[in-house]
Amino acid sequence: MRRFSAFAIAREALRHHEGWGRTWAKRPPKARYDVVIVGAGGHGLATAHYLGKNFGITNVAILEKGWLGGGNTGRNTTIIRSNYLQDPSAALYEKARSLYETMSQDLNYNVMFSPRGVIMLAQTHHEVRGYKRTAHANSLQGVQTEWIGPERVKELCPIMNIEGPRYPVLGGLWQARGGTARHDAVAWAYARACTDMGMDILQTCEVTGIRRDGGRVTGVETNLGEIGCDKLGIVVAGHSGVLAEMAGFRLPLESVALQALVSEPIKPCMDVVVMANTVHGYMSQSDKGEMVIGGGTDGYNNYTQRGSFHHIEETLRALVETFPMISRLKMLRQWGGIVDVTGDRSPILSKTPVEGVFINCGWGTGGFKAIPGSGWGMAELMAKGHSPLTEAFGLERFREGRFIDESVAAGVAH
Amino acid sequence: MLLLTCPNCGLTVEETELAPGGEAHLTRFGPASGDAEFEAYLFLRDNAKGVHFERWCHAYGCGKWFLAARDTATLQVFGTYSAQTKEPPAEILESIAKGRAT
Repeated sequence: MRRFSAFAIAREALRHHEGWGRTWAKRPPKARYDVVIVGAGGHGLATAHYLGKNFGITNVAILEKGWLGGGNTGRNTTIIRSNYLQDPSAALYEKARSLYETMSQDLNYNVMFSPRGVIMLAQTHHEVRGYKRTAHANSLQGVQTEWIGPERVKELCPIMNIEGPRYPVLGGLWQARGGTARHDAVAWAYARACTDMGMDILQTCEVTGIRRDGGRVTGVETNLGEIGCDKLGIVVAGHSGVLAEMAGFRLPLESVALQALVSEPIKPCMDVVVMANTVHGYMSQSDKGEMVIGGGTDGYNNYTQRGSFHHIEETLRALVETFPMISRLKMLRQWGGIVDVTGDRSPILSKTPVEGVFINCGWGTGGFKAIPGSGWGMAELMAKGHSPLTEAFGLERFREGRFIDESVAAGVAH
Repeated sequence: MLLLTCPNCGLTVEETELAPGGEAHLTRFGPASGDAEFEAYLFLRDNAKGVHFERWCHAYGCGKWFLAARDTATLQVFGTYSAQTKEPPAEILESIAKGRAT
């Protein structure tokens, strides 16, 4: 792999930029791998990367039905934060956030991590109590957040109307070290690092069946032929249920559509991320100047990557009240992604009833922020059979009643 | 916008008038059941990509529950029917077979 550096830019400038090379290699599949990961999104690629980097397992293939990073990795609103309430969540998301801080240097790829700060607005007295509690929990967990009053909210985000008639801003939970990153670049950076370790990334390779022998996985059937493996990682978000059915088990998940949209680009007006969970909406400004907006999910099962229009209407109505200056903005585009939601709004990183098959799913409406931490824990789980980061997120928690209830921290925006 | 006909009051209404209630035809298990059965009832779902039988409540209308058969991969609705059924009625299954053939 050719390193990116200021020197490399100068060198390429002198030869018409013809020497950059491919970011990841395109190779035909081998007959067998030690580990096959299904899903070349952020979580799948990060899992493969840390399998190689932390455990020296590099005979790995990452299979992708569509194109790399074309699922929810390329469809989210790029928010990174770790202000969760429960200890296992805080540990996992904080690990991810801390890995984001050095990701550009570690992977030698600019993921444009911008720790601009995230405010979660409290607009009801319940939320005030809830976020104060989260701030206390976070200080015990070593996650830096603080409760701030409405004046400080206004100071951090002057375009906000904190005296709205229905839901005035009563304060907020402020995580100064949260922020955003370039979502596609995160997938590309991991893909580049994986290919550099000799792993194969197979795009347009759809898994159609999972081969088992005596309760143990032996390989996968794909449109590119059969591929053998010792261990299989299923990291496919919305389609987890479809893959689980192939492997012969059911999951505590439902897949629904989550939508996001961006406005036309405008001059810089907002240098923090604002999430307003009571009124269902969150917004940040991209480096291009577009306002990046997300809202709520539909309530019914859906695999079509498009959602109901009235949810967009609700989100924009709420945001126009909170940010009156955006009322004349035109929206450029809108899209949907299929998110897999669990009963306790926490992910599943787990072994499965089939030996050798591991699953990483259930990130619901907020997986992007967790990509590095999820990959880190999942790699350890797959290599060693257990990981302190993923311990609490096993499938058996639903049977045993050990929920990691994050619907307060994660109920809407994520 | 999803349109469903409420079999209780006969009105065809937009989804904003309805509240979704998740997968239909689940077998209920109570306190006397084993952990695995209770887990299956409370949490495990088919989450089908394709034909999905589901519960809906006509929340901003007659207020009553009903069931619908819908394709989650195409959003095609095959029909709605009474909530007082243990399995999809014959005409719904026929409508699904016809709808998926075309």
